[in-house]
Amino acid sequence: MAYPVIKGARYLLVHVPNMLINNGTTQTVERKKNPDSSYLKNIYKHIRSFEDAVAYPPNQVYIGNISPDELAKMESPWYENLVHGSSRFGRLGEIVPEDEFYAWMKVSDAFELVFLEKGFTDELKLKLKGNELFSENDISKLGSGFEIYEIEKLVRENSAEPLNMGEKLVGCIKRAHDIDVNLSAGVILENTAAKASAAIVLRKLIKDLGIEAESIDYIIETSEESCGDMNQRGGGNFAKAIGEIGGCINATGCDIRGFCAGPAHGLINAAALVQSGIFKNVVVLGGGAVAKLGMNGKDHVAKGLPVLEDMLGGFAVLVSENDGKNPIIRTDLIGKHNVGSGSSPQAVMQAIVADPLEKGGLKIGDIDKYSVEMQIPEITVPAGAGDVPQANYKMIAALAVKKGELDRRDLLDFARKHGMPGFAPTQGHIPSGVPFIGFAREWLLEDRIKRAMIIGKGSLFLGRMTNLFDGVSFILEQNKGKGEEKKQPGKEQIKFIMAEAFRELADNLLQEAGNWNGK
Amino acid sequence: MDMGIQQRVMDLAEKYGNEDLIVVLGGAEAEASGLAAETVSKGDPTFAGPLAGVPLGLKAYHVFEEEIKNEVDPQVYDDQVSMMEMVLDVDAIINEVRTYREG
Amino acid sequence: MLSGKKVIIIGDRDGIPGPAIEECIKTAGAEIVFTATECFV
Repeated sequence: MAYPVIKGARYLLVHVPNMLINNGTTQTVERKKNPDSSYLKNIYKHIRSFEDAVAYPPNQVYIGNISPDELAKMESPWYENLVHGSSRFGRLGEIVPEDEFYAWMKVSDAFELVFLEKGFTDELKLKLKGNELFSENDISKLGSGFEIYEIEKLVRENSAEPLNMGEKLVGCIKRAHDIDVNLSAGVILENTAAKASAAIVLRKLIKDLGIEAESIDYIIETSEESCGDMNQRGGGNFAKAIGEIGGCINATGCDIRGFCAGPAHGLINAAALVQSGIFKNVVVLGGGAVAKLGMNGKDHVAKGLPVLEDMLGGFAVLVSENDGKNPIIRTDLIGKHNVGSGSSPQAVMQAIVADPLEKGGLKIGDIDKYSVEMQIPEITVPAGAGDVPQANYKMIAALAVKKGELDRRDLLDFARKHGMPGFAPTQGHIPSGVPFIGFAREWLLEDRIKRAMIIGKGSLFLGRMTNLFDGVSFILEQNKGKGEEKKQPGKEQIKFIMAEAFRELADNLLQEAGNWNGK
Repeated sequence: MDMGIQQRVMDLAEKYGNEDLIVVLGGAEAEASGLAAETVSKGDPTFAGPLAGVPLGLKAYHVFEEEIKNEVDPQVYDDQVSMMEMVLDVDAIINEVRTYREG
Repeated sequence: MLSGKKVIIIGDRDGIPGPAIEECIKTAGAEIVFTATECFV
């Protein structure tokens, strides 16, 4: 059967410094435990402007304007070597500012829980007029806005979450239930942000690829949020809610979870749905995680850096039937970390990287580029987590050394050649393998690389249900064209095809006879 | 260090005392490993968790250190840990963690 | 040194995870009283 293909991938970043301060868990916990802490006083001095966030080299890579290879050559620290004059619009994605995002949240609100102030709403309408992703219908959905005293009252008396632009209150998000913590204002805010950011990137994917929203059969949402009420905390379903905003009237979908490995699991499932012929076009997507904003902010502030975790991430990938052109997903070479695989780093890497390669008769060096966990290193290094992608590349190289496929002296060289610097925000599922799919697709089409491996890894133990780690991988490969993949039909197959053709002919004749009879 | 983990360490130190209880770390990086060692010996220097201002006096070792490595079955160590010796900065991690046992 | 001791294991998702250290410590005759793994990402 023909392998499914990656038809395209699009990416989104949203610069949300106010949500970082108001809603990131590092900040909310600190506010509860240490309301007078110097961190909370000083964080304001470490907030980036939208222009600086756009000019930040890794963000430009994430939206496709700079390639990962170019980033590797750029001077660091990147936050001090901004690319001034950069555009918020990229070949593979876009960076959205916070005020516009509030409008997207309003449009994504199905239960009248998002309130935006009157004057602010007017400003947004002006700003978004002519925006290619934000329709006239969306503008009318913004309504005329609310009086500021109504919003202040909701925040003061009804536990609504404030929406700020700096000092100024411009809106709020109401709780959806008085007692149910799963419908609290904070949770509704997180979920609406995840939905809205995924909806933007879905619309962008549809528009940029020039496909009809109606052609999408199924959507798999792979973020780390959970929507439901007190009777079913993770009831779901973000996918369908996002599809609704994307205009995908012929789609349903579901949410797939696996911590940071969610997107890779989602893509494998999408590949299976397409290859089996169940669906033709499946979109795998994920929006941003508000809770993780400023997660390592204390270290950034203490070390004099800007608080770099001020971006929500998003991505959307379209998996479709083999078109003979776009890169294929090798569904016969899926890597997976099993319950019994063992949790040592080498056991994990063996299961995710080496096992599928061995099955396909490939060596570790036969993969031109590995996409691992692509966190921006200057976010994680000051926090003590090291350079995560670099460590992953060294692990893959070390595995090659252990297998005798590589000389130990060449370990760092291998890591450099088959890897790339991290360029994705620390948004959990967002950096995990998927950020490179857009570049991988292009590089495979241009014959710059032959194969790429996309790896997703997830810290399941954070959910306190198991101590196990998880990971899955798949290989993207150049498409050799439909012809080569199809084998010559055998005698039995020809018989079957002939029988099918005769049956169809007979059906048509019967139907026509029926029409003649006026039925 | 994660607050939940700090609480568990505190409870266990209370239960078993600091004579026969040791902490073995697997940190990826020198500074974070040192921070963990400091947290369980002198108290949480970031003043974020339950061990802020609580010097438990526990001795912490990184799994890379001779004191631990030499007592582990070499085959098991090879299967579980050795690959990471090629990946992480072993000397820097060991030097940093050791400081908090001497001080 | 480890024999007869009680051990708390604090692994790291991007370093050596808790359960991998646990496998090692088990062979040294120590009693493991708690295993955790930290995650910074």
